[in-house]
Amino acid sequence: MAQMTETAGPMITTTDGTPLKLALARATRRSKLRAFLLVAPLLVFIVLTFIVPILDMLTRSVSNTEVQTAIPETAALLAEWDGRDLPPEAVFASMVRELSDGDRRRDVSRMAARLNYEDGGFRSLLNKTQRQAARIKAGPYREAMIAVDKDWGETRTWKIIQLASPTVTMSYYLNAVDLTYDANGAIVQQPEWQRIYVHLFLKTIYVALGVTLACLVLAYPIGYLLATLPPSKGNLLLILVLLPFWTSLLVRTTSWIVLLQTNGVINDTLVWLGVIDTDNRLSMIYNMTGTVIAMTHILMPFMVLPLYSVMKTISPSYLRAARSLGANPLVAFVRVYVPQTVPGIGAGSILVFILAIGYYITPALVGGQDGQLISNFIAYHMQKSLNWGLAAALGAILLAGVMAMYWLYDRLVGVDNMKLG
Amino acid sequence: MAETKTPFVRFSEVQKTYDGEILVVKDLNLDIEEGEFVTMLGPSGSGKTTCLMMLAGFETPTEGRIMLGSRELNNVPPHKRGIGMVFQNYALFPHMTVAENLAFPLEVRKLSKPDIAAKVQRALDMVELSSFGGRRPGQLSGGQQQRVALARALVFEPDLVLMDEPLGALDKNLREQMQYEIKHIHEKLGMTVVYVTHDQSEALTMSDRIAVFNDGRIQQLATPADLYERPRNAFVAQFIGENNRLLGRVEEDDGRQCTVVVGDVAIRALSVNHGGRGSSTTLSLRPERVTLNPAAGSLPNVFDATVMELIYLGDHIRARVSTCGDEAFIVKVPNAYGHTVPTEGARVTVGWAVEDCRALDA
Ligand SMILES: Nc1ncnc2c1ncn2[C@@H]1O[C@H](COP(=O)(O)OP(=O)(O)OP(=O)(O)O)[C@@H](O)[C@H]1O
Ligand SMILES: [Mg+2]
Repeated sequence: MAQMTETAGPMITTTDGTPLKLALARATRRSKLRAFLLVAPLLVFIVLTFIVPILDMLTRSVSNTEVQTAIPETAALLAEWDGRDLPPEAVFASMVRELSDGDRRRDVSRMAARLNYEDGGFRSLLNKTQRQAARIKAGPYREAMIAVDKDWGETRTWKIIQLASPTVTMSYYLNAVDLTYDANGAIVQQPEWQRIYVHLFLKTIYVALGVTLACLVLAYPIGYLLATLPPSKGNLLLILVLLPFWTSLLVRTTSWIVLLQTNGVINDTLVWLGVIDTDNRLSMIYNMTGTVIAMTHILMPFMVLPLYSVMKTISPSYLRAARSLGANPLVAFVRVYVPQTVPGIGAGSILVFILAIGYYITPALVGGQDGQLISNFIAYHMQKSLNWGLAAALGAILLAGVMAMYWLYDRLVGVDNMKLG
Repeated sequence: MAETKTPFVRFSEVQKTYDGEILVVKDLNLDIEEGEFVTMLGPSGSGKTTCLMMLAGFETPTEGRIMLGSRELNNVPPHKRGIGMVFQNYALFPHMTVAENLAFPLEVRKLSKPDIAAKVQRALDMVELSSFGGRRPGQLSGGQQQRVALARALVFEPDLVLMDEPLGALDKNLREQMQYEIKHIHEKLGMTVVYVTHDQSEALTMSDRIAVFNDGRIQQLATPADLYERPRNAFVAQFIGENNRLLGRVEEDDGRQCTVVVGDVAIRALSVNHGGRGSSTTLSLRPERVTLNPAAGSLPNVFDATVMELIYLGDHIRARVSTCGDEAFIVKVPNAYGHTVPTEGARVTVGWAVEDCRALDA
């Protein structure tokens, strides 16, 4: 015993004197390298197609270089302006110079688009001024510009430019939560008619929660049946559950349109049965109802599979034990079976919720006006309005929300307990 | 005795089929007295678990009736039967602590909180796990889980406890220790126990009576000693303990004893369960009841034999000899003072008494 403690000194070495740790590291280096090379292609792929775009999106959501690129000198001068009266003559002079510079035409039109988010009149104001700036040869520039458009005589116009000058801005994020800078740079609510995003976020969350709940309620019995049926029948049912997985999303959505539309199968049947008359056909599609129904259907397998995989591992002897101990079937189920399925409920719910919160195609196809969710607006800003900054800010908020959910889940249930299959 | 007093548990003419084709339980009649420890013993697939499940209410008999006291159980759901049950894999609820597991049957019976706490503590003390109440079943060893399962089946003080191979997952030492513990708890609490196992030594150690199952039927229901010493048929003789089998034909029978011709020798045997003169029969003979080189004239059955193989086992020596046309005839030679141990290949004689040689069904 004493001998052993003596030989086991603080540093264990191999026979030739190299420390054991070093020898081990050397011995495993090759296999580590091999393992790294095996995952390298996927790693590169993920970095290029996932990490980089997300980082790009995050930069875009705060990036604000348009004004600085188009009128750097004016912006620098404006930065010193106290904002009380109209800016000094030097500002007007450099503005005229920079606007009349033919090489900057594109930059200026980008700036115009950027400033237009702040005030709808900027695009035409700048276009008009740019066209005429070349003709202003000598000062006083202030009067000359006001002559082009009297908006230049308003402090507010300059204020907006000044506020939009820094290369980093929070204004997209503010916009994304229905806030904005007022003329003095204070954060205020958007005017009533422009407040849409908070409502939209809330609506998206409600829809996602509703879809998750509907999926859970519908999937739980199916998972239970799948797990308790003998394997031969169970597999058949599993195939039925997975069938929607294997058909195109578009086909599934279209079939819902066929079913639910005003002259669709369900309405026709109800009319034929006399439940409703033909003038009062239910509108179940191109609105929120349609969105929820179709999303629930499409996301169902994501709930069934985690539930099934957890339920499959729960031995029926637990329920029997509970019954033999005197619990009636309901109590046995609620107190003994359900708690053991919590990892499946958690995994399924978080999966469905995360997918639902960012769902795009189904609301776009069957959502109509009021069934549109936040993703549809992100897409709109990406493709139609080309306000990528706002799209990025909305996307980043969505991403943060999903991360928060994940964190919450980890705190409540523990990610290690999650079973996806 | 069954006429004078209604038994505690009664299976009468119970049949069970799962698929409508094969009867896994055939015409089962079994009476169990109050406070008895009855074991169902039998090979795998013989229908033991099925019988237990019918008693617990998880399977319904296809035919026949099961009575508990004066209550007919057929239409009583499991949770109203008040039968404690220990499952083979314990079935402890993994999401509850040990104490919560034990409290469960009391809570569903709506006992008061202090009552529950007291009973749970008493049950934990009984299985010597007093300080383990706060642990999850996953944090216990197999033996400890087994005790918790036992305590949980007993905590609500059922009159009848069913155990389906409760020790199946334990190693040999722990098994033996648990056998005694269960036995002692049974003696202390006096409940009726129906125990299922396919380990015969377990059955012999623990039971008041043993029901030997085979092929969906009870082959024999008897005390351990009876079962070993007076098997009713060839299956039981073969299944319980070691056994020499000699196949022959009944030559002569006076109802009590008979002469059986095996090959070219005639053996005197006890008539137990054969079809009378001319029928074929299995002679059953325990290896420890065979004497090697008996004194001349001391035994009615003495035959020449050749020692084929010797295995030294410490307390006794197993000798495989060839006699009466059987190459695998086993004799246990006690390793006692004065016994000469033969050598392999030696020519010897073997002998046994009429009472030790039972003529059973073929
Ligand atoms: N749920 C079931 N469905 C169909 N057949 C079954 C079912 N349960 C048992 N069986 C069949 O019934 C027969 C008896 O089974 P049982 O489980 O009662 O045997 P056992 O004596 O308990 O065996 P073991 O010692 O292996 O536990 C077996 O042939 C088995 O295949
Ligand atoms: Mg069994």
